[in-house]
Amino acid sequence: MKIVIPKIDVNKIASHSIKISEKTLAKSELANEFLLGIGNVVLFIQRIFTEMFSGRAEFKEFIYQCYQMGNKSLPLISVTGTIMGLVLTIQSRPVLAEFGAESLLPGMVAISLIREIGPVITGLICAGKIGSGIGAELGSMKVTEQIEAMEVSSTNPMKFLVVTRVLATTVMLPLLVLYADALGIIGSWIGANIKGDVTISLFFSQAFSQVGFNDFIPSVIKSFFFGAVIGIVGCYKGYNAGRGTESVGKAANSAVVIGSLLVLIVDVIAVQITDMLL
Amino acid sequence: MEKPELNNNQTDAIIEVKNLQIKFGKQEVLKDVTLNLYKGENLVVLGKSGSGKSVLIKCIVNLLTFKNGTIKVFGDDILLMNRNEISSMRKKIGFLFQSGALYDSMTVKENIEFPLRRIKSELNEKEIDEKVKEVLENVGLIDSINKMPSQLSGGMRKRISLARTIVIDPLIMLYDEPTTGLDPITANEISELIKNIQEKYNTASIIITHDIHCARTTADRLVMLREGEIYLEGNLKQFEESKDEMIMSFFK
Ligand SMILES: Nc1ncnc2c1ncn2[C@@H]1O[C@H](COP(=O)(O)OP(=O)(O)OP(=O)(O)O)[C@@H](O)[C@H]1O
Ligand SMILES: [Mg+2]
Repeated sequence: MKIVIPKIDVNKIASHSIKISEKTLAKSELANEFLLGIGNVVLFIQRIFTEMFSGRAEFKEFIYQCYQMGNKSLPLISVTGTIMGLVLTIQSRPVLAEFGAESLLPGMVAISLIREIGPVITGLICAGKIGSGIGAELGSMKVTEQIEAMEVSSTNPMKFLVVTRVLATTVMLPLLVLYADALGIIGSWIGANIKGDVTISLFFSQAFSQVGFNDFIPSVIKSFFFGAVIGIVGCYKGYNAGRGTESVGKAANSAVVIGSLLVLIVDVIAVQITDMLL
Repeated sequence: MEKPELNNNQTDAIIEVKNLQIKFGKQEVLKDVTLNLYKGENLVVLGKSGSGKSVLIKCIVNLLTFKNGTIKVFGDDILLMNRNEISSMRKKIGFLFQSGALYDSMTVKENIEFPLRRIKSELNEKEIDEKVKEVLENVGLIDSINKMPSQLSGGMRKRISLARTIVIDPLIMLYDEPTTGLDPITANEISELIKNIQEKYNTASIIITHDIHCARTTADRLVMLREGEIYLEGNLKQFEESKDEMIMSFFK
């Protein structure tokens, strides 16, 4: 079977922006660096895609990375998810009570968790936890010659380190988001029980009576992109770390900053698209 | 002065470096280096810190690329090789990194298995196990087999790294400061090991070192790098008898 990658001439885009960057060299150092950066990122992403579909896959490493990522971020996401649901419930109850609409509470909380709060909070947490981890790990591997050692052991580090991590974040993020959603609703149930008395099954059935596939699907798709962005940024920063030890910290730091920013930007775009389609 | 007893026959060279020039930005690290490595010989490379010794051997395995000059390994120009050819060239070369470059996330055993599984994929589990134990015994660290690199001392890391390099039975060995940071006893053992590898498998090696005992034990021929060029080339006797101040400071 041959997998056809859609024909976007990334090479052209990259070489174009590098060309523009060369022209502006004399004019502005900063703009130059920015354009060079874009060119390099585009080339990096293109390399990830070509490596992904060529040769033997590093399946074991991919599974190991998925396990690591899930394992490491689970506690943090559990706590945040529960607290988000709890707080959201406690905060919105008085307002709803004013209109006598308390029965809408579970549905409202579920919708806001699933559509927006779950994905974005999980995305930001993972940009911090997973993104910085990847940036620091690959950065220190770069600085201590471990990436070069892989290359001479006739292993393609782009495939072994980068492709596996990008795929792992892309697969794991949606799963973590769904998990955060579920815990958020449980947190909300706890919040509802502080001043009332609802069984968990009733609460869940009330919540899901308001939630449809229209709420789930866009949020899952969005989380895939969050995952891809976090993985790509972390890998790019780590893989291109400089030569000193201080560049490891820099790589981890900018992986978090740029990762979080891009998660929010992707979110805005995703919301716009969902709005247009539904 | 007597000529070194070496096979200076051109066809015997398995690495040929010709007019190599390396620049990083404006910094010219190697200006014009021409150097051959012949079958079965140990070539020691001396030179001050920062003289580009590590850069030189990284170019040979194509970890660094260059524009000016040629490098031929087993007679093939590495600039003309495609990815597969580079990869199969690297399978025949052992590279000991100056920093050791052990994989932090893997145990000692996994570190040594890594190149073995990828380069000698024909081996079965039992053979892999035996091979790992054999090289660990060679470097005297069989007890550390299940440790993580972070649990090892600097010298132990260096020796594990050496074990990882020799486990694939390479035809060419490139050692980047194999004995730096080791106590004199271990350093001598490692030098002996390098000599033994040469005798046993007839490997050709480039050994970068500041350790004059190591050079004495292992060298068939020496070169001194200085300011991006080969400053002196000769055998041990020629170096030891040299009246040049720079050389003497290495051999005092
Ligand atoms: N990838 C690189 N990018 C930029 N500069 C580099 C790079 N690699 C090496 N250099 C520079 O090249 C010069 C030579 O470095 P090299 O590591 O080869 O020295 P060396 O002879 O091995 O020294 P030492 O004995 O201390 O290991 C140094 O000034 C170093 O800063
Ligand atoms: Mg060096």
